[in-house]
Amino acid sequence: MRKLALTDEQLLSIEKPARYLGNEVNAVVKDKDSVDIRFAICFPDVYEIGMSHLGIQILYEMFNRRQDTWCERVYSPWNDLDKLMREEHIPLFALESQDPVKNFDFLGITIQYEMCYTNILQVLDLAGIPLSAADRTEEDPIVIGGGPCVYNPEPIAEFFDLFYIGEGETSYDELLDIYKECKKQGKSRRAFLEAAAGVPGIYVPGFYEIKYNEDGTIDEMVAINDHAPATVRKVIALDLDHVPYPDKPIVPFMKVTQDRVVLEIQRGCIRGCRFCQAGMVYRPVRERNIDFLKEKAANMLKNSGQEEISLSSLSSSDYSHLADIVNFLIENKGTGVNISLPSLRIDAFSLDVMSKVQDVRKSSITFAPEAGTQRMRDTINKGLTEEVIMSGAAEAFRGGWNKVKLYFMLGLPTETEADMEGISHLANRMAAVYFDEVPKEKRNGRVQINVSTSFFIPKPFTPLQWAVMYTPEEYERRARVVSTAMKGELNHKSLRYAWHDADVTILEGVFARGDRKVAKGIRRAYEMGCLFDSWTENFDYQKWLKAFEEVGLDIDFYTMRERSLEEVFPWDFIDAGVTKNFLKREWNRAMEAKVSPNCRAQCQGCGAATFGGGVCFEN
Amino acid sequence: MKIRVKFTKEGDLKFIGHLDVMRFFQKVLRRAGVAICYSAGFSPHQIMSFSAPLSLGLTSEGEYMDIEVSESGSSAEMLAKLNAHTVDGIRVLSWRLLPDGADNAMAGFAAADYTVKFRPGYEPEDLAQFWTEFEAFCGQDEIMVEKQTKRSVKQINIRPLIYQLKISEGEVFMQVASGSTNHLKPEMVFQAFYDSKGEELSPFALMIHRLEMYTDLGDENERKLVSLQDVGTDIL
Ligand code: SF4
Repeated sequence: MRKLALTDEQLLSIEKPARYLGNEVNAVVKDKDSVDIRFAICFPDVYEIGMSHLGIQILYEMFNRRQDTWCERVYSPWNDLDKLMREEHIPLFALESQDPVKNFDFLGITIQYEMCYTNILQVLDLAGIPLSAADRTEEDPIVIGGGPCVYNPEPIAEFFDLFYIGEGETSYDELLDIYKECKKQGKSRRAFLEAAAGVPGIYVPGFYEIKYNEDGTIDEMVAINDHAPATVRKVIALDLDHVPYPDKPIVPFMKVTQDRVVLEIQRGCIRGCRFCQAGMVYRPVRERNIDFLKEKAANMLKNSGQEEISLSSLSSSDYSHLADIVNFLIENKGTGVNISLPSLRIDAFSLDVMSKVQDVRKSSITFAPEAGTQRMRDTINKGLTEEVIMSGAAEAFRGGWNKVKLYFMLGLPTETEADMEGISHLANRMAAVYFDEVPKEKRNGRVQINVSTSFFIPKPFTPLQWAVMYTPEEYERRARVVSTAMKGELNHKSLRYAWHDADVTILEGVFARGDRKVAKGIRRAYEMGCLFDSWTENFDYQKWLKAFEEVGLDIDFYTMRERSLEEVFPWDFIDAGVTKNFLKREWNRAMEAKVSPNCRAQCQGCGAATFGGGVCFEN
Repeated sequence: MKIRVKFTKEGDLKFIGHLDVMRFFQKVLRRAGVAICYSAGFSPHQIMSFSAPLSLGLTSEGEYMDIEVSESGSSAEMLAKLNAHTVDGIRVLSWRLLPDGADNAMAGFAAADYTVKFRPGYEPEDLAQFWTEFEAFCGQDEIMVEKQTKRSVKQINIRPLIYQLKISEGEVFMQVASGSTNHLKPEMVFQAFYDSKGEELSPFALMIHRLEMYTDLGDENERKLVSLQDVGTDIL
């Protein structure tokens, strides 16, 4: 029988020991002596968060389909176990076999948000793997990073042997085949990395050197190894109907954040919002076949016993067969299956569907206008007009809803007081729509408009990647402008306002557009005890400031500096499909508050058509 | 029809909480295609109730849940069906039809059997001596312990709550009163013994295993303990 890595006493003295057992239904267990490659796949956050991530489930399925590979899961030990492991020198283990990660061939880390960077170091550290790739030996696993954050991997480049840029379904087979061959021939770590550098989508940071200008910006990035290509082009799966997708998702014992099976209906987004990194780097849009989805939905529900299924995509309303798949789920759901439909545009169709799958009185409808005035929405290319928003709201109010969530961003480029106050005014007008639409006798409680704002963070490969950020004080001032305006609204009693923390925004901003120099700040912060920074109760901004100061990092250089259109960015070596010329064009249009049509209305020649598929070739 | 299901919770699964066990069974029942009944409304849930939750770290071969189903195969068929969809550590032991009007597993719960032994590494120096003293302690007429209530600290006698006690081969078998009125946890007896000696009991020292749960079909004068599964009958 499998022996747990932790003793009874250890498991009983920490919170939620179920996080560390690894014996869930549908977890894959293989004979470790009969495989050639042991792959530990890690989501560097606590189990409940990591288990909710679809990407890992897809990779888990894909790797374990290979006879020669056993892929197991690793998550960040929560603070209590972290402490215990350090005190008692317990090495980090993978869940399924409970074996130390250090003995694996690969440690693959998916990097979904910047605020997990210290947790990456925690995972390496607890595993007993040197933090810097340069210090690793033949005994250490190959540490590979993937996920959206690797569209600028530079701030964490020194901690990784490899980055995989693009969609996992594409190049991993080739990479693992090469690894297996190298291992068989007893080749060195370096020889493998050189071979890997030739695989599409693979970036070996150690094979490049950065030359800086006197002002601290990048002069050029030079390959210092003959095997390293000058640019690394992202890889994508063009045909999403013939790639691995789970039929038997793992069923956690404990309640996790996404406690449901997830059906990814399409990848990418046609809209082209100028702030949205996902909308740019996942281009072009590729839809999944309706029959593929029906089959997967049925299999996943049957094999997991889960009671909820959720559709996933950046903008479900743009999926061509949305009505088909939704009706299929409603008709075939059987008893006790809930359907959750995030990212739907509010219109007659979606309201009709929602009224069938949820309790109208208890649920709320969600709009993400992102900005309070039409000028600002045009600037960010959020092609949503107030008319459309209000008619959607009116329809919902008539249908019985009286709770609304509104999402906005503050701190957008060119934002004025009028744009900030516009957020409050829009919410106020929406409340007024309720009073106009719903006669007194039909009202069921007061209408509730919950407004929340986050602060805009410029991201690589977006048209707004040139934008200047602000100080924490300025962000908070902007939030107060909204808050004050709201108190003065006629319908203020129906409005609620919450805003996100500005300190985290600054750091995310530094990481998003940072260069290799930022790594020492991350390392110092980790050494000082920063961990689980995406958890408000753990986040310690003062410590971060101190860490940056100690290593001589100037935050303002990354956040407050005006970047010229000609500046070489740390991520310029990546070819993500969208060209820098397209992004510049879009930046200029943003400055003129001009909207650009979406992919289906009129192609903008962004560059993603070079992948040879998806929406670019629909007609 | 109301069904009573008896199951084990052993091995690594002793580390999953009571709510997790419930969630686990909800999914087992769905995977196995059991015709479980749902409550009405927008978010229907399975009609299901559990007997006294086991604390984290304890093992058991006598856990119970009651469910309502619209149809059922024979008990043997249903056992095979469910066991094909569980994991190591949880095994379904019986599937029995409850008579109309039977108390649910929680309400009817009156007593339980346990075995308790020391976790390796935590044994007293002289184990034989320990058990002799422990047996003598439990043989007294009165074992007073302090019970913290909401407002005050009360002295209660737990001796009458110990129905049976037998020591053999390094472990003790105990049958104790359980349920909503008089609930005695085996570790409370050990705690009282250690307190009487002025010694410290490590929170990890004991390995407690639940064997069976009972309902009381007797009257005030005489107990008549019947195991929860024997309230129901096998479906043939
Ligand atoms: S090439 Fe045109 S259609 Fe294709 S993703 Fe870019 S803008 Fe959209």
